[in-house]
Amino acid sequence: MIRPPLPRWLALPSAVAAVFLAVPLLALLARVPWRGLPVLLSAPAAVDALWLSLRTCALTTLACLVLGLPLALVLSRGRGAWAALGRTLATVPMVLPPVVAGLALLVALGRRAPLGGWLAGAGVDLAFTTAAVVVAQTFVAMPFLVVSVEGALRSTQDDYAVAAATLGARPTTVLWRVTLPLVAPAIASGAALSFARALGEFGATLTFAGSLQGTTRTLPLEIYLQRELDTDTALSLSVVLIATAALLVAATARFSRAAWSRS
Amino acid sequence: MSGRRALAGALALVLLPACAAGPSSSQPSEVVVFAAASLTGTFTELGTSFEASHPGVTVTFSFDGSAALVDQLQAGAPADVFASADRATMDKATAARLMATTPEVFTTNVLTLIVPKGNPAGITGLDESLKGTKLVACAVGVPCGSATSKLADALAVTLEPVSEETKVTDVRAKVESGQADAGIVYVTDAKASGDKVETIAIAGAEQARNDYLIGTTKGARQAALAAEFVALVKGEQGQRVLAAAGFGT
Repeated sequence: MIRPPLPRWLALPSAVAAVFLAVPLLALLARVPWRGLPVLLSAPAAVDALWLSLRTCALTTLACLVLGLPLALVLSRGRGAWAALGRTLATVPMVLPPVVAGLALLVALGRRAPLGGWLAGAGVDLAFTTAAVVVAQTFVAMPFLVVSVEGALRSTQDDYAVAAATLGARPTTVLWRVTLPLVAPAIASGAALSFARALGEFGATLTFAGSLQGTTRTLPLEIYLQRELDTDTALSLSVVLIATAALLVAATARFSRAAWSRS
Repeated sequence: MSGRRALAGALALVLLPACAAGPSSSQPSEVVVFAAASLTGTFTELGTSFEASHPGVTVTFSFDGSAALVDQLQAGAPADVFASADRATMDKATAARLMATTPEVFTTNVLTLIVPKGNPAGITGLDESLKGTKLVACAVGVPCGSATSKLADALAVTLEPVSEETKVTDVRAKVESGQADAGIVYVTDAKASGDKVETIAIAGAEQARNDYLIGTTKGARQAALAAEFVALVKGEQGQRVLAAAGFGT
């Protein structure tokens, strides 16, 4: 299909936009001490932060899948006011300022909060643990999976699922064999986005989980600390975050294109 | 308000590069003060009184961690006065030739132990009572954290914090909310927390005293007014305000 040409004057504002987005990233890359990078990144604090981030983000992504997929499925079938409310609630953490997310978690699950007190009674003390990091990350990351999968579910046709059910397949079988495979690209891109969001999580972790090397100090928190101590280390760790995020976004774009060409 | 102004400024920079030629001469004088976060309350008060005694002059503050402020100064941020929470950070600024004159000590701060109201973990000081409790402190390297490790060395105690924060205010917040059982902060922070926390003085705390230094910057656009502000801080009124907040004089 041949598209009609865009007006020429769009060239200027689009160029300004591109420069505006690219300049800060390029400036950061220009300031990075590339030669010292291996040494800076192999410092124990950096390795601990990187490893902790990868571990917690993997667990977070798993939690998002286990809990977020059922929610997305239920929401996709919902009609009316309750479903709309549920959809809004599932989206809010996505746009919540990170510090607010941390405060919300604190008043819900903190040691002085009712729910936190109840958990403590059951022998679960979240305060200042790696588990608290995963909780904070899951809270802000799960909406990405839910929104991505729910959107895909609502735009797919039910024909195959209906056919399978008519042929006698039980609901669980239809779910595993038909519904989920149809939205597999959306699940993959939702999971990648959740991972990326968890990787960048900062405010909620700092407020809710604290900052201790190897236990709660993830990559963004280490960068926040190193900004005060050693700018070169902060810049080097930023490169790792940017590279990982870029990879995840590229992967997501691939999944989305795959989904597009299928439908 | 300032956010909106900043946004407007950013837009102006993007859309009208030709007009971004700096402030016009008809603009009223403005003194820009970069100061350590722990000075927020006292300096804001002093700024108001400076404006009252200098009609037409506004004092604009940027409060942040001392090291972050040096980074900003190095990147060319316009400031007339810089006040740091420790000597090491001011030395960085001096070494980078950012200061116009040799900065001078204008006040000091010492550390103290704070616990949430009611002291639920029954802490008595930097001693055995901290075992198994959730102690929060500043990370080594930031001014309050360096002071904390210096104090621990001087008192020959080993601290095992569950969290090492970048900002002393983050330590405070965690104790105020009861999330932590105890925290090590500056005396001035303990005072600012009011009755949300209980203060347990550390015997020998003066062995890790933090010096606060102030000076005018090399890039100052209002050098005379900047010097006057520094004089106010170091003078009788400034010292009174600082002492009232718990700073040493």
